[in-house]
Amino acid sequence: MSVTTERPPAPEEGQRPAKKQLTARQRENRAGLAYLSPTLIVVLVVVVLPILWTVMLAFQRIRLINLRRAGVFGEYSLANLETVLTSPGFWSSLWTTVIYTVGSTFGSIVFGLIAALALRAPFRGRTLVRASVLLPYVAPVVAVTFVWNVLLSPQFGLANDWGVRFLGWDRPIAFLSQREYALNLLGWQVDIPLALLTVIVFESWRYFPFAFLFLLARLQAVPHELEEAARVDGAAPTQVFRHVLLPQLSAVIALLCVLRFIMTFNKFDDVYLLTGGGAGTEVVSVRVYEFLTARFDVGAAAAQALVLALGLVVLLAIYLRFLAPRVEGDQD
Amino acid sequence: MDRATVETRALRVLRPIVITVLILVTVFPFLYMLLLSVRPIEELLQNPGRLWIGPSEWTTRTYREVLTSADSGGQGFLRFLANSAIVSLAATAVTLLVSIPGAYAVSRMRFVGRRHVHFLFLAVYLFPSILLAIPLFVLFTRLGLRGSLGGLTLVYIAQTVPVSIYMLRNYLSTIPESLEEAAALDGYSRLQTLRKVVLPLAAPAVMANALYVFMIAWNEFLFALLFLVEDRADWTVSLGLAQLSGGIEVSKTVLMAGSVVLTLPIVIIFFAAERLLTEGLTAGADKG
Repeated sequence: MSVTTERPPAPEEGQRPAKKQLTARQRENRAGLAYLSPTLIVVLVVVVLPILWTVMLAFQRIRLINLRRAGVFGEYSLANLETVLTSPGFWSSLWTTVIYTVGSTFGSIVFGLIAALALRAPFRGRTLVRASVLLPYVAPVVAVTFVWNVLLSPQFGLANDWGVRFLGWDRPIAFLSQREYALNLLGWQVDIPLALLTVIVFESWRYFPFAFLFLLARLQAVPHELEEAARVDGAAPTQVFRHVLLPQLSAVIALLCVLRFIMTFNKFDDVYLLTGGGAGTEVVSVRVYEFLTARFDVGAAAAQALVLALGLVVLLAIYLRFLAPRVEGDQD
Repeated sequence: MDRATVETRALRVLRPIVITVLILVTVFPFLYMLLLSVRPIEELLQNPGRLWIGPSEWTTRTYREVLTSADSGGQGFLRFLANSAIVSLAATAVTLLVSIPGAYAVSRMRFVGRRHVHFLFLAVYLFPSILLAIPLFVLFTRLGLRGSLGGLTLVYIAQTVPVSIYMLRNYLSTIPESLEEAAALDGYSRLQTLRKVVLPLAAPAVMANALYVFMIAWNEFLFALLFLVEDRADWTVSLGLAQLSGGIEVSKTVLMAGSVVLTLPIVIIFFAAERLLTEGLTAGADKG
């Protein structure tokens, strides 16, 4: 947080005494609001009002056909919420969303941490390597999901062809369209949710550069003396990591957890483009899209989006209440 | 040998392996994209596991098909590229125009509600875009803006302004205030100070921000899908690629060429300005 320093009085203050009876403070206040007003207008019109409107839509029976008649003074009811909460598949999709979000958040941060630790010390060509590692994050989502689709395709995908040829798979695996895969682990039959797992791996791959960037920036700010001292005392690298680096990183990791969780929870395009929401990967945002475009049920779609947003608010509140203070405590 | 020595030796071996795997995992899909885009489709179907074919077998037919207009039997990606460019450039320009004064106000001036602005932006950043998509879908349908590039641009501006202000604010607050005071003594108005003193100093941050906004707008998919899907003439590259890959009539290698066309501008921009961008994005992260 920036510390508000006391500004010296504006230079023209003494020279033009109270032309419009405005103090320098008031003038600054006005100017500040004026400079910010374009932003406020855009955000208000395209973000805040629409969100309020969603709340209204969620409590009205509106389909695309009768949209023209819908207004502020419609008939409000809880019908949409009831439809949504009791409709088949809603709770399972919420559960899928949670698993998908937790898995992807965890995966991206762990990969990001490994990458940051590996690329920390300078070596020849590090700048280029660092830039290449960021590629999944900056590339357009449509292109990367498409490449993964082709790569994992059972018909002409490289992964399956090589898997069958070199790894001895009996037949190609439909990574993105098979709900469950029976895995034989030491005699135990385990059903793993294959498509969901693939989507989680994809998401971890696509967003680990984000975690990597933040973690690397923080790692480079860790004072050298700390590590030197630990080394001189004979600490092994894993001990240095555990006792010196990890405490330094904890605040950034906590921040990353929150940011990644929120962003993944709301994510639509990755899952939609990879699987279309099929094979056990239907997250809530994809369901909202289905309600909106396939059933033209605006009201039910809005109600579902609202439930998603509320879920997020609840999770954030839990985080702020129970986790955030502890992280701050670590820093002291 | 003690633990420290064992671990140090193990890491000395492990580190290059990890780095190699990292490069492979991140770069390979893009290489695969490029290699597939120049392969004849028959060859791919016969030999899906083959990675490399000699340059003599390469074909540019895929790129020709992707880029020629729909009237001439191609996929019309040139049109899509133009649409994407228009939307992204317009969104970038307007976002900067709106967020530079905004960021300046937030970083320098004291006004009522300054502290709350921060919360507002955070909320915007965190709200699901699918939640936003519904009312905007309804609103744009009513106003007749659905299916217009202008409406889409407006959405992108709203989506990027908050982050933009955040990034710029961090940078602006590092510029010494005494410079501005000197300018004020020279008789500059506040707006002149902003234009002639602050902006030149903040040029790298503004550039980084412009690139960031451009990338977001160029890569965006959901709103393009919701607003532009009905009229093919309006499609952006992302939307065009997604729409065509759903069907079976366009061959995969042609779509790979489309992916390359979609990805290339971003990758070029990114490699040209990597340092700028990453520093802009992580500004403040090292303060923990």
